[in-house]
Amino acid sequence: MKKQYKLIWLAMLLLLVLSACTPPVPTEAPELSELTVMTHDSFSVSEDVIAQFEQENQVKVVFLKSGDTGSVLNRAILSKNAPLADVLYGVDNTFLSRALEADIFEPYQSAQLSKVASEFKLDAENRVTPVDYGDVCINYDKAFFAEKGLALPQTLDDLLKPEYKGLLVVENPATSSPGLAFMLATVAEYGQEGFLNYWVALRENEVAVVNDWDTAYYTNFSASTGKGQQPMVVSYGSSPPVEVVYASEPLEDAPTASLVGKNMCFRQIEFVGVLKGAKNPDMAQKFIDFMLSKPFQEDMPLQMFVYPVNPDAQLPDVFIQYAQIPESPARVDPQSIADNREKWIDAWNEMVLK
Amino acid sequence: MRLRRSASPQSAGMAQPTTYWLWVVPVIFLVIFYLLPVGSIFELAGRTALTEGLDFNLWQKIIRPLGFTIWQAGLSTLFTLLIGLPAAYLFARFEFAGKGFLRVLSTLPFILPTVVVAASFNALLGPNGWLNQLLMTVFQIDTAPIQVLNSLWAIILAHVFYNTSVIIRVVGSAWEQLDPRLEQAARVMGASPFRALREVTIPLLRPAIYSAALLVFLFDFTSFGVVLLLGGPRFSTLEVEIYIQTLQMLNLPLAGLLSLVQLGCTLVLTFAYSRLNQKKNIPLPPRVRGEGKRAPRGGWEKGFVSLGILVLVILLVSPLIALGLRSILWLDGSRAGTNQGGGFTLLYYRALFENPRQSIFYVAPVEAIRNSIIYAASTVGITLVLGFLIAYALKKRSSFNRWMDGLLMLPLGTSAVTLGLGFILVFQDPYLGKSNFPWMVPVAHSLVALPFMVRTLQPAISSIPESYRQAAAVMGASPLRVWLEVDLPILSRAVVVGCVFAFTISLGEFGATTFLSRPEYPTMPVAIFAFLSKPGALNYGQALAMATILMSVCALGIWVVEKLQISDQRNF
Repeated sequence: MKKQYKLIWLAMLLLLVLSACTPPVPTEAPELSELTVMTHDSFSVSEDVIAQFEQENQVKVVFLKSGDTGSVLNRAILSKNAPLADVLYGVDNTFLSRALEADIFEPYQSAQLSKVASEFKLDAENRVTPVDYGDVCINYDKAFFAEKGLALPQTLDDLLKPEYKGLLVVENPATSSPGLAFMLATVAEYGQEGFLNYWVALRENEVAVVNDWDTAYYTNFSASTGKGQQPMVVSYGSSPPVEVVYASEPLEDAPTASLVGKNMCFRQIEFVGVLKGAKNPDMAQKFIDFMLSKPFQEDMPLQMFVYPVNPDAQLPDVFIQYAQIPESPARVDPQSIADNREKWIDAWNEMVLK
Repeated sequence: MRLRRSASPQSAGMAQPTTYWLWVVPVIFLVIFYLLPVGSIFELAGRTALTEGLDFNLWQKIIRPLGFTIWQAGLSTLFTLLIGLPAAYLFARFEFAGKGFLRVLSTLPFILPTVVVAASFNALLGPNGWLNQLLMTVFQIDTAPIQVLNSLWAIILAHVFYNTSVIIRVVGSAWEQLDPRLEQAARVMGASPFRALREVTIPLLRPAIYSAALLVFLFDFTSFGVVLLLGGPRFSTLEVEIYIQTLQMLNLPLAGLLSLVQLGCTLVLTFAYSRLNQKKNIPLPPRVRGEGKRAPRGGWEKGFVSLGILVLVILLVSPLIALGLRSILWLDGSRAGTNQGGGFTLLYYRALFENPRQSIFYVAPVEAIRNSIIYAASTVGITLVLGFLIAYALKKRSSFNRWMDGLLMLPLGTSAVTLGLGFILVFQDPYLGKSNFPWMVPVAHSLVALPFMVRTLQPAISSIPESYRQAAAVMGASPLRVWLEVDLPILSRAVVVGCVFAFTISLGEFGATTFLSRPEYPTMPVAIFAFLSKPGALNYGQALAMATILMSVCALGIWVVEKLQISDQRNF
């Protein structure tokens, strides 16, 4: 009989011990106001940078992360009648029109915005403010091309040549954001009708398709730790410096580089905005100013591997050395993306996969 | 405490006690945390469909994925049963060295995040995987002979890898409790071993087999990561379509419709299951001490045991070993620009403890382990209480209970995306108060774990002959004492199985968690995903190291839960 109790007591004791592990609720000064920032899982910032903002403005910044860009935007739209946050960061130009249609942002024109190049300002009403950009580009395995003495493809057309047969892996645009970006690059190059023909030809040249960036990079790409079959992968222009920063041991050179020919890269721009119905709108505006300020803009490259839109911000050396910025990245109008996203993806799906 | 009180009238020895009141707490829980969120998503989807209209290609968007979903789930369940049933027999009837260890290891696949499984499958079976490299060197061939990734076989293989433990645990625990003398009696009376199996053992195990098969089928039916990552883009299930429509296309009406189709299929399945299971279970004196177990005798038995162990090790354990090995091997040793060769390293584990970029989202491994364990323990607690209430309530056979039985399985057939968004929609502040412990995560985990708990407890409870309780009551035992000394010891094996499932489901769940988790309380799967989303050998190595830690913590957890049961049994 006692033994039966033992089991129950043990379980209760275990629960008690575990509940004691719950971290203590941070005790803060009551007058400290709170700013909630909703963002995607890839968001990151240095401790001291955010601490400086908190100290200067006597505010506590709370971050709310909910999956990738799509789920964050969904969450913001679903809760727009009683917003969960004051600021939303992370909407990119592929989702921009959808966010603007849903009418979740309050216009705000930051004083810092005048410095930002006009190519990044996609909303004339300033409901969203550009913060950073990055290019989705094809990365290649330097060692492979050097060993085989193979020339690098200079254009999207080059990828159809027989010498590159079976050497490229791309992501499915229906499930992956770089996959969508690369498909949009082909839309920019070949037009709404022509891009499908290009993909049919690419399929004949044995392009490999996987569902997500992780698999493409770590399983298929030959220059990653997976040592896969394809020496070219759709990834980011900032991936080569990241390979250097996060190597197991110091590297003399980046093992990869990007192909930056005309329309081979698609530029993703990320935006921030004050949410309608924000509890702390003044602080939200200050936070947007802060995101455009030099400390934050200079912190971003090594935290999120994106480029600052503020031209005053200095890039870290590793970016200057290993990252290439394409001269003429592909561009597609956000409204056109919003109108056609589903149609293009479905057509792509039928052409390339079925 | 609620546990005991709830059960007492039941065991008081009444022939047909009214048990509907047992439903009160579980029904409130399910209405608030399941019907409300999912219902609100459907309501919203319906409203949007009315205002915006619903225009889509029925064949492409619904029928094709539905057909493939059923096809792959059926095949996967079949293969899982083919491997799982002999394995359940192996664990239930034979003693062999390392049995406990093998049982814990065979449960581990259940918790691993799919990205990690995909990585270890690739290390083993990929075009450059160890198996292909071995075959290519041995047979002097240039191309990889095994091309299993991105095929239907990869999906089936991964489902077998994930779900064999369900069969082993659910059927195996029922088999262990089966009185071996029944089979012996049949043999004495001249039945062949095959006939004894077919006419005595299998009929008695049928409820457990149906339960396990249903759970496995539902898991395969709603499979997401496996299809996405190992099947590749050519395959699309309903769950994958729901994910794409919700998060990529932001097309809620279509996503809602797909969710409805998925739920409808789940309902049809569970009702078919309860019809199959309608025959009343035969209450048999359960064996608690496992006297049916013995060392294998004779060539045939020894051969079976060795073959069984070999298959389990190759199928279930080798990917785990590959994962552990990769986390301590130099990953970019032979790369250009470096001179370092292969060899072992603890670099990736050390790196877990560093935060060189001073990111505010740095996840300390100890913190991730603690958060994961707190969530898992809470999930076990919630499911244990609700599971007992429901399992006892279901004892009475009525049409109401049959309905409830079917409805209970719905959370398993609900897309994690739908559930997660529903939570956000209903509980505007998804944490029920910002500074509080985020209860939503264990609550969401409990919804998935609850059907497992009920499915394992219910057959065990209905197998207890009422005469036992009556005998105890006649001899003057209080209802509480009857429950503690008759029901609980007999149920302890099933309780352990249920707890192990709740614990592992919570540790590994990543679907609904992405919507509900807070950056302040990262879990181990969250940390693994954060590392995997960045390039660089160090990130990849840290992801594998974290996954290995996740496996070890889970193994330790299962081992502790099993120890509790065994010590209880010896002193019985």
